[in-house]
Amino acid sequence: MSAEEPKATALATRKDRFLHGIGVTAFIERNVPLDEPPPWPVNEELARVGKPTMRIDGRAKATGAARYPSDIQLPGMLYARMVVSPHPHAKVLSIDTAAAERHPGVRAVHVLDRVLGNAELTDPGKEIPSKFPIVRFAGQPVAAVAAITPTAAAEAAAKIVIEYEPLPFVVDLDEARQADAPRVFPGDASAEESEGGGGGGSHVPQVGNVRGPMLNRGARPEDKKATEDALAACDAVVDATFRTQVQTHSALETHGVVADWREDGLTVYASTQSTLSVRDELAAIFNLPKAKVRVLTEFMGGGFGAKFGAGTFGLVAATLSKKTGAPVRLFYDRKEEHLSAGNRPDSKMRLRLGGTKDGKLRALAFEGFGTAGVGTGAGTAGPSQALYRIPSIWTEESDVFTHAGPGAAFRAPGHPQGCFALEQAIDELAEKLGIDTLALMDANDEHLARREERRQGAERIGWKRRHPPGRDPQGIGGAGGPIRRGIGVAQAVWYRINSMDSGCEVRISQDGSVEALSAVQDLGGGIKTAIAQVVAEELGLAPKDIVVRVGDTGYPPGPPSGGSMTTSSLTPAVRNAAYQAKLRFLEEIAGALGLPADEVELSGGQVHVRTPPARTLTFQQAAARLRTEVVAARAMRTPEYGDRGMDFLGGVQFAEVAVDIETGIVKVERVVAVHDCGRPINPLAIESQINGGILQGISYALYEDRRLDRATGRMVNPNLEQYKILGAMETPEIEVILIENYLARSSTDAGGIGEPATIPTAAAVANAIYNAIGVRIRELPMTPARVLEALGKVPGKGGSDATTGGAR
Amino acid sequence: MADAHDSESSSPSALGMSRRSFLCGAGITAAGSALLDRGLLQEAHAASLGGAVARGPGAVPVSLKVNGTARAVQVEPRATLAEVLREGLHLTGTKVICDRGACSGCTVWLDGAPVNSCLTFALDVGNREVTTIEGLAPAGTVHPVQVAFVEHDALQCGYCTPGMVMSCAALLAKNPNPTLDDVKHAVRGNLCRCGTYPKVFKATLDAAQAMRAGGAK
Repeated sequence: MSAEEPKATALATRKDRFLHGIGVTAFIERNVPLDEPPPWPVNEELARVGKPTMRIDGRAKATGAARYPSDIQLPGMLYARMVVSPHPHAKVLSIDTAAAERHPGVRAVHVLDRVLGNAELTDPGKEIPSKFPIVRFAGQPVAAVAAITPTAAAEAAAKIVIEYEPLPFVVDLDEARQADAPRVFPGDASAEESEGGGGGGSHVPQVGNVRGPMLNRGARPEDKKATEDALAACDAVVDATFRTQVQTHSALETHGVVADWREDGLTVYASTQSTLSVRDELAAIFNLPKAKVRVLTEFMGGGFGAKFGAGTFGLVAATLSKKTGAPVRLFYDRKEEHLSAGNRPDSKMRLRLGGTKDGKLRALAFEGFGTAGVGTGAGTAGPSQALYRIPSIWTEESDVFTHAGPGAAFRAPGHPQGCFALEQAIDELAEKLGIDTLALMDANDEHLARREERRQGAERIGWKRRHPPGRDPQGIGGAGGPIRRGIGVAQAVWYRINSMDSGCEVRISQDGSVEALSAVQDLGGGIKTAIAQVVAEELGLAPKDIVVRVGDTGYPPGPPSGGSMTTSSLTPAVRNAAYQAKLRFLEEIAGALGLPADEVELSGGQVHVRTPPARTLTFQQAAARLRTEVVAARAMRTPEYGDRGMDFLGGVQFAEVAVDIETGIVKVERVVAVHDCGRPINPLAIESQINGGILQGISYALYEDRRLDRATGRMVNPNLEQYKILGAMETPEIEVILIENYLARSSTDAGGIGEPATIPTAAAVANAIYNAIGVRIRELPMTPARVLEALGKVPGKGGSDATTGGAR
Repeated sequence: MADAHDSESSSPSALGMSRRSFLCGAGITAAGSALLDRGLLQEAHAASLGGAVARGPGAVPVSLKVNGTARAVQVEPRATLAEVLREGLHLTGTKVICDRGACSGCTVWLDGAPVNSCLTFALDVGNREVTTIEGLAPAGTVHPVQVAFVEHDALQCGYCTPGMVMSCAALLAKNPNPTLDDVKHAVRGNLCRCGTYPKVFKATLDAAQAMRAGGAK
């Protein structure tokens, strides 16, 4: 996270009474900084916040008027193209750019001297001696050209002659763990986590390609034996191994920038989830003051965790712009996007979960390996550590380096994988203990929101009609033919995290117009509209009355949009700025009327004067009384109210599937998703994000799979027809239920939803498949082949009960 | 789409095959035959018969009817309609996402029929009317599908939205009373990574109802 929350504050505070919990009956007292507004009542009593609100930029998007970074066209703009390595591991011996430079359309050629995103050697002295960066994955950029048209750039790029010395490589997780496997790095290596999370920690031991294990926080050596002993004492233990595949983010707008280097500074139009991270990285690399790097992201076409920082493309585009004196556009094509722009690492997880007949979980042991290619951050133990209250927990998670493109934070890093294992194990243990799965959850999960979510979700999906595993009455001798239906449930755990680098300026002009400014970017969650709602609520106006400007580092800093923290981080700063602007506004109006400030108040978009003769001014009439053109206030996020313990976001999803036991095809027919995100700001957009989390989760569960050819190290499906993503025909009926869960943590008390919405989906689908057919699928994606294999209808390669012998 | 090449296309390559002779050869294959009534092959074919002058590979003048207006552009024969719309005419509402016909992000209409503009050569458009997202509704107005997309929040990052809207509006032009299944089929090629399909379905059904009621907004 970019800005750690301070441990203690010295701010002068007052005590306020806040809503607390689910429902509206409980309250809690909190210390609140004096310049922050009084607590809001429950959403029902607010005018704008909590109401389904159309996006203020929806029309721009629906009409094609919205300009994305990839749409930017500047006078004299050049088009850049990368030349990437076809080899997964190689030393570049020579690069001949002469022919490319002779191409009449070419303006500059650049040979890369560094690549961003790969892990780096702790001791750079151990690097293989080489004039050029060592190639560590097929698709790693080596050189680039800038030319007057995209086609000229492509032609010139093809004329660059690179001589490689191929080196031994390994792209398979299991093979890379072997002692004699080709080494990805000739020494210990590590990578920093991005603002979207991920990363592999520091001070982690490394042997060969295996970097780890990392243990659960606070683990003591004796806990390992204690966990083994506790497992041995359990009445029932599930011991199973789960595997998940590599998933690419596949945002529809690829990674890229338009970089415009000038004497007086660098301007970059970036498709990013963090304008500040792009600015900071470019400023550091080019040794420029931050103030001379301006990053613009008015719109952007999806990120899902992979779009933080400048990226190799950003570095190259800025370099080419500096060389040529012209703006340079560099966006990855779809293949490059798959190869080098990030992915969700794969995993192999052994989970042992034990409980006793009284329905209590007693012990959990987790061992996980995963590969983020040349990156780190493949850990998947999070859900095992955080979802349930278990007295004895021991987790070990290791990154395994392979010669593949670096992983990146991807919508709840590690958690969909970890839940796929944990929530299947919970379902399985419940069966072994003879307890209903929801009852086992109730007995071991202390999260109050999830408890309510299970209750509401079970009622909506019709949990009571769930049949015993593999006993679909319609299917067996019934009318269903080869179709077997089943219901499954799984839960999410995520963390309420905030960036203190979250600021907003609210301006009220003499004509009554209102602006809200923040460097924050909207990656699709709808933060612009949330800002408008919050300002409108505070000023008694309508969201459409608020002009919201975002995506410009010239504005007050904005949080990174990752980790479900945008709304939670930013909206309190927005409300505080609007509140302070309102106070200044009223002070000026009162002054103009010759009255004390507390004689005027703003409500319902009008200024009311209490002093007899009482009268009312419209917002515009009042604004016209301002002495200067504008009154404004700027606020930054302040630390969370109350004692600082970690708050958790919940989320429970129920899936209903139909499995054809003759073809193995799984169809998800219905999903009921019950979620909490503190105080919901815009339920319309939250519902959209939940839909999206579920659909990405189903896509992950059933279809997506980045395949690398073990013989060549190359991706065999770097496109959007063979890399299969869920489409309209695979979209089930989705019912979203949103819970208001008041935490009394900030002036808006808003939480996030991006990550929780996708965490439990694959696990819920897996449990539903088990309920339908009575056999477990422990490997993603759950393809027809794997279903048939699990059913024993075709010989298998592993990943299901049929070949692993199932849980012991 | 300016091009730096000025070499004459009819000069034979090292293989003794000019671009023109290659195209003429392609013209007798099955796939080529299917394309024969379209611009480029037709011209190449005509040229082989001793008629017109070969065009390209440098930029050549072309007139396109886009959103009701005739637009004169210089295009390389290899340029796709998507490239010409975006880079030549600055109509950037049309998005290029996969650049190979797998995502429908670049959907425009040719004489009212949705096509992937990334798979359509600009030279092949001929006299057909091109409609892009910018021209779906008369200037200053919005199409009922666009209204419904905003009302239902049938967009998140919005990058797939123009293509999605063009597919849905094409459906309603053809079928004013679609079922849910009809809508799913109409957008089955339109990829949305944010997963906004459920609201696309609702918005399109709602727009159909609004249009039937004569309530075009």
